[in-house]
Amino acid sequence: MERAAQTVPLLSVRDLVTRFRIGRGTVTAVDHVSFDVGAGETLAIVGESGSGKSVTALSILRLIPDPPGVIEGGQILFDGRDLLKLSDAEIRNVRGNRIAMIFQEPMSSLNPVLTIGMQVGEPINQHRRTPWAAALGMARDLLGRVRMPDPASRISAYPHQFSGGMRQRAMIAMALACEPQLIIADEPTTALDVTVQAQILDLLKDLAQSARSALILITHDLGVVARYADRVVVMYAGRVVESAPARELYARPRHPYTRGLMASVPRLDGDTGKRLVPIEGQPPNLAALPAGCAFAPRCQHAIDACRQTRPPLHDVGSQHQVACILES
Amino acid sequence: MPELLLRVDDLKVHFPVKTGAMFRRKVGAVHAVDGVSLTLARGETLGLVGESGCGKSTTGLAIMRMLAPTAGRIEFEGQDITCYGKKQMRPLRQRMQMVYQDPYGSLNPRMKVRDIIGEPLVVHGLADDSGAYQDKIASLMRTVGLLPDMADRYPHEFSGGQRQRIGIARALALEPSLIVCDEPVSALDVSIQAQVVNVFVELQQRLGLAYLFIAHDLAVVRHVSDRIAVMYLGRIVEIAKRDTLYRSPQHPYTQALLAAVPVADPVVEASRRRVIVSGEVPSATNPPSGCRFHTRCPHAFARCRAEVPQLRDLGDGQAVACHLQETNA
Repeated sequence: MERAAQTVPLLSVRDLVTRFRIGRGTVTAVDHVSFDVGAGETLAIVGESGSGKSVTALSILRLIPDPPGVIEGGQILFDGRDLLKLSDAEIRNVRGNRIAMIFQEPMSSLNPVLTIGMQVGEPINQHRRTPWAAALGMARDLLGRVRMPDPASRISAYPHQFSGGMRQRAMIAMALACEPQLIIADEPTTALDVTVQAQILDLLKDLAQSARSALILITHDLGVVARYADRVVVMYAGRVVESAPARELYARPRHPYTRGLMASVPRLDGDTGKRLVPIEGQPPNLAALPAGCAFAPRCQHAIDACRQTRPPLHDVGSQHQVACILES
Repeated sequence: MPELLLRVDDLKVHFPVKTGAMFRRKVGAVHAVDGVSLTLARGETLGLVGESGCGKSTTGLAIMRMLAPTAGRIEFEGQDITCYGKKQMRPLRQRMQMVYQDPYGSLNPRMKVRDIIGEPLVVHGLADDSGAYQDKIASLMRTVGLLPDMADRYPHEFSGGQRQRIGIARALALEPSLIVCDEPVSALDVSIQAQVVNVFVELQQRLGLAYLFIAHDLAVVRHVSDRIAVMYLGRIVEIAKRDTLYRSPQHPYTQALLAAVPVADPVVEASRRRVIVSGEVPSATNPPSGCRFHTRCPHAFARCRAEVPQLRDLGDGQAVACHLQETNA
């Protein structure tokens, strides 16, 4: 996996800026974000609510509602083409075909009045020009691949007849339908119970691997990242603060926010009785970010320079980058 | 042995399922809680874990007597409160308080923080116009790590973590001996969760509170609890001291639950042996016969389908409801 990044990456996000105009102010949800995803690689984007991880994902597929949102700058190079320069028809041909997306809430992202078979078969019918009869047959096979019991009768069932886990399986089947090169999963299991979460993520990872699809996994759960990711991008206040291979990041977290996050989460195998070390202060207000480092107001190590200039993302090791002036 | 604060015996809470628009007929029942027994000592934390629909929140509400139990017995501070009416419960409500999951929905948006925190005192007639009442509110706010000058603000001016602190201050106002916490940190961001968890732990050490800590996050529950009960479809399947439960879980469901939670360390994860149970939690309207976990259990045999396993004491405070345990013994 780590070799992939040395050749031309499958997806290369460069200086992406996405803003929302809300009321009188402007919120910069994604602020000069850059990262790469290699073919077949699993990249985790980690962050808390408001860190910009979901908006980054939506920006890649140009699904930002405009107004109020607008992608103001940067490049999203996918397989050699800048997705931001494509026409509406061209980007539609990418969505669900070359890049598929799985959303957090499987109930609100499935159409309640269409059968599961129609919804799983739709991308095949749309993108491959496969007649409906054949597309439905392929939908049945796909439901079998996501280990849906009794797929032949399930293709004519409606979303409300499914449990949460089964709906998410259907979403995965839909995402896999056109054998995309990249699957973006935005908190795919947050709404599910832990035993079902493990089933769904294992399934997603297995299927992505066997189809050689790259996977972007957006999550706030450091355990999920540790279990499934090859590489990790940590976001805070719309910016990338650290990026590293998963093992490297957990062994040697460099950014004070990453270190803070790891210390504040109780671990199943950690010391009990030890006080958790929280990150003091409040999450940042995106409409009024301080000059300089966005984390400085909560950082114990912040010095004057942190409050003046925004720290650039720089190399601190092989494939390990951090945006902190105290780390070199 | 510390004094017993709460004893719950064979608690059942069933909700009727009705049909028909005009002549409502009862056609079945959701067995939300179906025979739960537990005890809680003064100053102790009992964690109650399980997946959605396992009845953990309903158990909490029944103990608070915000729901009427269908059967069973609830004893709090030596009194049998199972059949207490509103009037009888009222003085006891000072002794038992609740902290809710949703820090947005559980605070009245049109009340100032001062009035939210002080409301329990007013309701119970403990508020007077003297400075003592205002001092009490200021001290409650400091106790949970809020600045007393924020007292005249409204809930929307606070972040999720601060709102949860307001909810805790309100629960503390009457100096209860028991706080039922229903998923108190699950709506918070991870960096804020730790702050609130620390507030709970510190308050317990200072005030000797007992917590019934209901949550689905096994790592958080492990961090705060002395003992832990695992629920599945309305029943406790295993109960044990914290370290015993995590070191040697005996019920296949406990094992599956622990295995499903990823550890935040890629090196540990790569070498971890993992049993993933298949399927999802069945409906509580029509729960499986016998052991309710048998439909998903990798070790189930004929007896599991026919006979309901009872909690069996394994010593050292550990009890398990599983037929395998008897076969092994």
